[in-house]
Amino acid sequence: MTPPARVALMITCLGDLFYPEVGVRIVRLLRRHGVAVDFPPEQTCCGLPLFNSGYHAEAAMVARRTIPLFRDAEAVVVPSGSCAWMVKHEYPGLVRDDPALARAAEALARRTWELSQFLVRGLGLTRFRSAVDGRVTYHDSCHLLRGLGEATTPRTILRQLEGAEFVELPGAEECCGFGGSFAVRLPEVSTAILDRKLRHIEATGAGCVVACDAGCLMQIGGGLRRRGSAVRALHLAEVLA
Amino acid sequence: MSPLRARAARALADAYLQEALGIATTKFLALRREAFAAFPEGEALRDRARAIKEATLQRLDHYLEQLVDNVERRGGRVHYALTADEARRIVVDIARRAGARLVVKSKSMATEEIELNEALEHAGITPVETDLGEYIIQLAREKPSHIIAPAIHKTRRQIAELFARELKRQVAADPEALTRLARGELRNTFLRADLGITGANFAVAETGTLVLVTNEGNGRMVTSLPRVHVALMGVEKVIPSMSDLVVFLAILAKSATGQKLSVYTTLIEGPRRAGELEGPEELHLVLLDNGRLRQLGGPLREALYCLRCGACLNVCPVYRSIGGHAYGYTYSGPIGILLTGMLHGPGAVRELAHASSLCGACAEACPVRIDIPRLLVELRREAVRTRAAGVGERLLFGLLARLLTRPRLYRLAAPAARLLQRPFVRDGRLRGLPLLLGEWTRTRDLPPVAPRTFHERWGELAREP
Repeated sequence: MTPPARVALMITCLGDLFYPEVGVRIVRLLRRHGVAVDFPPEQTCCGLPLFNSGYHAEAAMVARRTIPLFRDAEAVVVPSGSCAWMVKHEYPGLVRDDPALARAAEALARRTWELSQFLVRGLGLTRFRSAVDGRVTYHDSCHLLRGLGEATTPRTILRQLEGAEFVELPGAEECCGFGGSFAVRLPEVSTAILDRKLRHIEATGAGCVVACDAGCLMQIGGGLRRRGSAVRALHLAEVLA
Repeated sequence: MSPLRARAARALADAYLQEALGIATTKFLALRREAFAAFPEGEALRDRARAIKEATLQRLDHYLEQLVDNVERRGGRVHYALTADEARRIVVDIARRAGARLVVKSKSMATEEIELNEALEHAGITPVETDLGEYIIQLAREKPSHIIAPAIHKTRRQIAELFARELKRQVAADPEALTRLARGELRNTFLRADLGITGANFAVAETGTLVLVTNEGNGRMVTSLPRVHVALMGVEKVIPSMSDLVVFLAILAKSATGQKLSVYTTLIEGPRRAGELEGPEELHLVLLDNGRLRQLGGPLREALYCLRCGACLNVCPVYRSIGGHAYGYTYSGPIGILLTGMLHGPGAVRELAHASSLCGACAEACPVRIDIPRLLVELRREAVRTRAAGVGERLLFGLLARLLTRPRLYRLAAPAARLLQRPFVRDGRLRGLPLLLGEWTRTRDLPPVAPRTFHERWGELAREP
């Protein structure tokens, strides 16, 4: 496969509202590697929060208007494993009543990439410069790991970061306790799960923990900040120079 | 605070429970992982087991008929219970007709599901649990908190105190000493019991064989010493053939406890035959529906594959945090929510369906690959569809849907949020937010909506060289 020369960025709602810098870095990084970036301005959110809480008619409405926005994109890059999973795994089923749209959804699913997968598998990049120093660790987001089956590409990138040292996080594959509305429906349980994650993170001695999902970053970052920890929770794009 | 949330919060504050859960689930989890790592055929066998379950459900009536014929041909009697109440009456009747006063039981979740012990006691019959874990919780007058390890919520010290109080015997808080004491207490009970009650892990249709997978030897005593043996089994546990049984046995114990095989695999074919020295005079199989058959065409169909191994509990971050009792029903953990929905209807799991972060660890651990997170979402969907979900929640998600399908409105949300968040920004982070968001900020900071969202920066960014 020839690497795509032009991609569309699906920024995701959390990325747009809370982590715009992540998107800016992705655009600049891709451009530096000769990839042009489009940003369909009518995009909002993938609809996963609606879907996971059981509001499937509403999630289908979001899917129906999102699919055409990316119809012409050679590839779609998403900086969140859960949103990429939603587009790849649930969009076709949500719009199956409309055969033409369902075919478009399946085509979109095939062309949609989570960021780390796109960098390593789509573009075939092998060398990455670090924007941070010292020790770095990685938390697997559930949807990227178990939903998309990807444990490798983020680690490939972090291991090859020039100027940083990658260490494995004990229990990296365990949930951080975010889970969307779960975090506020059962906040005590969500926080207890987070506490276990934070203990593991601090035990690594890393200066930052990297994740490929905005949800996990809100949860882990929010927990670290509240405890006054010096460890920073960063998106993968934020550690790439 | 909702009842579920309150129970969960109490469980989190229980230091003993936290200690017991942490040790036990971590141990099970590691043992399971090692067992499958040393068994490369495991993955293909899991696929095979899943396919057998699906194929069996597609002709369940046929296999049940075959099972009934073969059990009866071997001299057993088969009863069919549509509801928990019917199942209780059938077992109590059998016990009465046998003139039973004392009943020994091998561990069975099906009997927990129908609350059989209470029914027996009510009829003046004394049931004694003989699995060590079940024996402990019966003494403590509690319910099992784990499918295969019913007393997982207790530390050894708590068990020693319980034995001292209930059995009037001082004993060291040491597993071996505790087991020896329980074994001594139970030995005489086995010899005096008139009736033995078990569940069944499988029943083989082509041979009429009941299969019990156990570790302590009590299962064999329960099925061979008393005059009458009653096995209670969910209808979905029938499997077609002995060669299918081999597939399940290869993965069941590995998933449950990390053992290659359990210590005992007991195959029972009919009551004692002429010339045999042991075994009961009567064998009864009670087939339990209790909401299962309805799901053959329902959203929870896949949950009928469940082998009751408990692997999904051990890996579940929610179960590992709060234990089984906080779920409030017989079956706990991720699969327990699905089974509760099956047995008690969608109303019972309106809240429980949300006791999961949908992290997927359960589906990954499940030996028959039940897509538990997906089925939990189906339960949530059912609650929305039937308007069982709260009014406030439906309003909130309705508004969210409007916002997400109207790009111009969506882009106006950021400036509005920046205005609203102003009083709560401290040190670049949001704290002390009101209402639902306060549930977040009580223990975690929240990033504020950015001064300029990505949408607001794109115009500039597009023009960059």
